[in-house]
Amino acid sequence: MGIITVLTNGFKKIGHSNWGWLLIGMFILLFLMPPFIPRFFVYILGLIYVTSLLAMSLNFLVGFGGMFQFHHAVFYGVGAYTVALILTKTSLPPWVGFVAGPVAAGLVGLLIGWFCVRLTQLYFGMLQISLGSLIWAIVYRWYKFTGGDDGIHGIPMPQVLSSLNQAYYFILILLVVSLVLLYSILKSPFGSTLQAIRDNPQRCAAVGVNVRRHQLRAIGIGTFFAGIAGVLFVVLEKSVFPDLLFWTLSLEVFIMCLLGGWFTFGGPILGAAITVALRTFVGKYTEYWTLILGVILILLIFFLPEGVMGYFVEKFKFRGNSGNERGTA
Amino acid sequence: MLRVEGVVKSFDDFLAVNEAHLLVQKGEIVAVIGPNGAGKTTLFNLITGQLRRDRGRILFQGEDISELPPYEVCRRGLGRSFQIVNVFHRLTVFDNVQVAVLSHQKKSNTLFHPAGSLAVVETRSLLESVGLADKGRRIVGSLSHGDQKILEIAVALGNNPEMLILDEPTAGMSPEETAATIDLIRHLAKTRGLTILFCEHDMEIVFSISHKIMVMHQGRTLLQGTPEEVRNDPQVQSAYLGGTDA
Repeated sequence: MGIITVLTNGFKKIGHSNWGWLLIGMFILLFLMPPFIPRFFVYILGLIYVTSLLAMSLNFLVGFGGMFQFHHAVFYGVGAYTVALILTKTSLPPWVGFVAGPVAAGLVGLLIGWFCVRLTQLYFGMLQISLGSLIWAIVYRWYKFTGGDDGIHGIPMPQVLSSLNQAYYFILILLVVSLVLLYSILKSPFGSTLQAIRDNPQRCAAVGVNVRRHQLRAIGIGTFFAGIAGVLFVVLEKSVFPDLLFWTLSLEVFIMCLLGGWFTFGGPILGAAITVALRTFVGKYTEYWTLILGVILILLIFFLPEGVMGYFVEKFKFRGNSGNERGTA
Repeated sequence: MLRVEGVVKSFDDFLAVNEAHLLVQKGEIVAVIGPNGAGKTTLFNLITGQLRRDRGRILFQGEDISELPPYEVCRRGLGRSFQIVNVFHRLTVFDNVQVAVLSHQKKSNTLFHPAGSLAVVETRSLLESVGLADKGRRIVGSLSHGDQKILEIAVALGNNPEMLILDEPTAGMSPEETAATIDLIRHLAKTRGLTILFCEHDMEIVFSISHKIMVMHQGRTLLQGTPEEVRNDPQVQSAYLGGTDA
């Protein structure tokens, strides 16, 4: 806990106005890094970015929307497969594929969501798992079209994205743009209404909000961003396979949000980074790396129930709120 | 303004509301009284669409609203608060009211405009009118029970309703808080021209502020009349006033 205390004290010293500069500085640093670090690390960072965006898009629906989005990987997979199929099977210009990926993911999200928002809580989640698994089964079995369990490999990328470093820049920029968009959506009236629905759907309906339609719109947005993550995965890996939309990945992304903290904006990024790092560095020594993840998760639930990021935010709030109350009382 | 005609609602075999009748005219303060389990809350839930009636009609400003979902009822100018505190507990006091105001201004779907700069004046003046202005930045969970009940009313006012249904607005309050809340309700009714329908266990309050009182017993409307008429009715006395209630 010593390290954590030091870190919290360090964070406390940073004023609110300086946070923006810190983030911009971090972005510039990450942007300048590739030439100076080994290729392998560039790849791992890219993977962390892609996974972060996926986790953020899930957290938008789960942490801020309060929906039981149990099978989020499907929309990631749909985004990835859409761009992969367009790039390999058609002669359309590549940008069509890049746009079509998120759009397809959002449309499939709306289609599945249209059924799911009619149910509540666990039933919402169960229905989504069933409908999502259906899509997985189609992708897994339709050898002629999707390559079945082999997937599609060696997807040709446009010239500007062919090298690893170029892919890295592209992913980083799209990640930042997506995060800015998601953040402003959460701070908009749409976002605050979404969080109000999470807290109390019944009351929201009583103040004139069409809860189902609002949730469905949020699903459209969340799955669209999952689709962007799917496209970025293809940019990085240049291949797709059915595991991208298997339910175990959905669970893994769920765990990332839990690790980072549901009710914080940046938490899922941290969760994604931890998970990807564990899989990469512990996974080298043992295929049972999930065992370590499991232990971390158990410790987390006991000691930091609001997640790693949630813990720090809580520390901050404590200071901010007490000052605030003293001022107003 | 509001007319309930022969409304029936049963849960499985239990008749929660059986032939309820109610008439609320514009500008009136009307109370629904009755022992626990008489069906008051169920009646309110039927009116504002949380539940759907089995039989009967509910007319609001001449329009049949008995098949409408809650958000449609709200959009027609009929707001409500809940008996058990029922707000957005992770949001601040300000945000709670703002969600309702944004919904009223049809801005709930605005995507790329910071919510912090929308509907601020309206929300703030609303908080001032109920006396919560200095607590705007508090998280709801940290408020006292009395303040949370007041916030209930403020959230309901966010939609600028013409009529307000209050389900036991003073439940669980201290005598001082109760007195302040009753003053507030009276003040709101006067300054905003609100029509109010409420239910309440405290007979002193009911008889002091209501223009009309409707008495429910076992889901049925016994009678509706002025406080005088209700006080002197033998049927009411035996069923309710002379009975178990303190």
